[in-house]
Amino acid sequence: MTGLATGPRSASSAAESTVPAVRLSGVVRRFGDVTAVDGLDLDVRDGEFFSMLGPSGSGKTTTLRMIAGFELPDAGRVDLHGHDVTHVPPYDRDVNTVFQDYALFPHMSVGENVAYGLLVRKVPKDERRQRVADALRMVRLEAFEARKPSQLSGGQRQRVALARALVNRPAVLLLDEPLGALDLKLRQEMQIELKAIQQEVGITFVYVTHDQEEALTMSDRLAVFNRGRIEQLGTPADIYERPATPFVAGFVGTSNLIKGEVAQTIVGSEGTFTVRPEKIRIADPAEAVGADEIAALGRIAEVVYLGPDTRYIVRLDAGTDLVVTQQNLATSSMEALAAQGRAVRLVWKRQHTLALG
Amino acid sequence: MRGGAGRIGLLAATGGVLVFLYVPIIIIGLYAFNGDRGQSWPIANWTVKWFGAALDNQSLHDAIVLSLQAALGATIIAMVLGTLAALAVHRFAFFGRETVSFILLLPIALPGIVTGMALNATFNTFSIPFTLFTIIAGHATFCVVTVYNNAIARMRRSSRSIEEASMDLGADTATTFRRVTLPVLRTALVAGGLLAFALSFDEVIVTTFTAGTQQTVPIWILSNLRLPNQRPIVNVVALVLILLSLIPVYLAQRMTRDTSGSGR
Repeated sequence: MTGLATGPRSASSAAESTVPAVRLSGVVRRFGDVTAVDGLDLDVRDGEFFSMLGPSGSGKTTTLRMIAGFELPDAGRVDLHGHDVTHVPPYDRDVNTVFQDYALFPHMSVGENVAYGLLVRKVPKDERRQRVADALRMVRLEAFEARKPSQLSGGQRQRVALARALVNRPAVLLLDEPLGALDLKLRQEMQIELKAIQQEVGITFVYVTHDQEEALTMSDRLAVFNRGRIEQLGTPADIYERPATPFVAGFVGTSNLIKGEVAQTIVGSEGTFTVRPEKIRIADPAEAVGADEIAALGRIAEVVYLGPDTRYIVRLDAGTDLVVTQQNLATSSMEALAAQGRAVRLVWKRQHTLALG
Repeated sequence: MRGGAGRIGLLAATGGVLVFLYVPIIIIGLYAFNGDRGQSWPIANWTVKWFGAALDNQSLHDAIVLSLQAALGATIIAMVLGTLAALAVHRFAFFGRETVSFILLLPIALPGIVTGMALNATFNTFSIPFTLFTIIAGHATFCVVTVYNNAIARMRRSSRSIEEASMDLGADTATTFRRVTLPVLRTALVAGGLLAFALSFDEVIVTTFTAGTQQTVPIWILSNLRLPNQRPIVNVVALVLILLSLIPVYLAQRMTRDTSGSGR
């Protein structure tokens, strides 16, 4: 359970023997004639960091709100730790939410905000004070207990929202794009901090995000949402290396799609294939190609210098564009940019060509 | 350097506006201490005797009591109806919501004389006698708007999810209203209420149509202004009113500024 444990950590341990922390069965939610969530089945294992990843409007936030109890499903059932809570109001569910806009109470101090859940659940005063202090220490805001939310920075407010939810020791913590309003640097810091806190408290986290990097970084498992359904569910490595559908391949990371006649020409069979930009090597047209490699001739149409990497858009003679990223290990920006217009041969390992269902 | 002339011009204009706004008020204030009944400049004899005369004036007493009752009544009605209307319009999407919002705001734009005439005709049609309650009803028409406007502005600036957050943390609907919804609105409601009170207290036009023979303070002033004998007392009342009216305006401003209510 140390450091950067990702992947099937919780899958191996207690998952099989215990009931799931969250189970959605055939859940449907419509708004007017729009079906936001379309017959969803989902198990979130106890103690895991689970992400729901998808573009806006894919149903991930609506799903989270049904777990919290803010939305009632039109059909289907929501179980928390084996108990049917489909019609239980939010205040009687053993879950807490970190809202996208933090939703801190503006008329209360930081301490009062964090104490709120304990106060309305009538936790004795001494215990309340102790737990609030512990929660504020965990998010490193001990010194800010008397401040008003309006006197805090965005990152500090985010941490107050987290403390306010965690102090109640819920069975499941729901997080609705909690880092969306922060700048990149702070977001990256908070990703690491959130993951560390989750491992420290051992509470199941259900995390909604549209940021694929965030989901890949923090999750034990993630579900990719599209149009109210789950396209694929798996570990970050599963999702990235073996995307099951063109949508997943396109949404998680950049993907090159090769299909139809072009696929026939390059890969040797009909169908839809994908290859990640970083798996492709740019070679001289005259260079020999190994038996386990796929190659295609083309011309560099565009060069985008990104700092650590350079992105090349290569127009293949077979009639499609492929994106190739190369680390600038020994390449200067001048050399990278000078490659524009050059005839090249793209080469990648056959095993990195994935057929999409 | 280049803005020097513009700056001086702007200062002069600002000074001019302030003089225009406040010199008449200062003059009224000074006349309250004028020893002569006739208003002539400069003031020859200074006195405070009119303050005593004002205190002894029974019709003034009655007018003050009536005005306070009317303002209090109108404010209470405005607070209750204005808050409920704002909650309904803000929180629920119902058929005719925009219309309700428009109708609530209309009395601000509607000339007072029209409101007054309409109320007067209505009271006469149904043979309702002119009492304190008809005055209150008249004042409530425009007082509801001030509370409604303040409340809905605060609601729109506040995060929608704070009530969800409260329920998420274990508070039921009633507790959420008591601990979150109302406290967040409180300063806006108090500010709206103070404004409503001030508006009601100096209302003339609608009141002339809904008061019958009763006299509120502004009506008392209007009718006594014509009597040269009463002129000095009217000046005293005006001065006191100016000073008193500063209190609610000041409080209202402070309260709306102190807690912005937005979590940003």
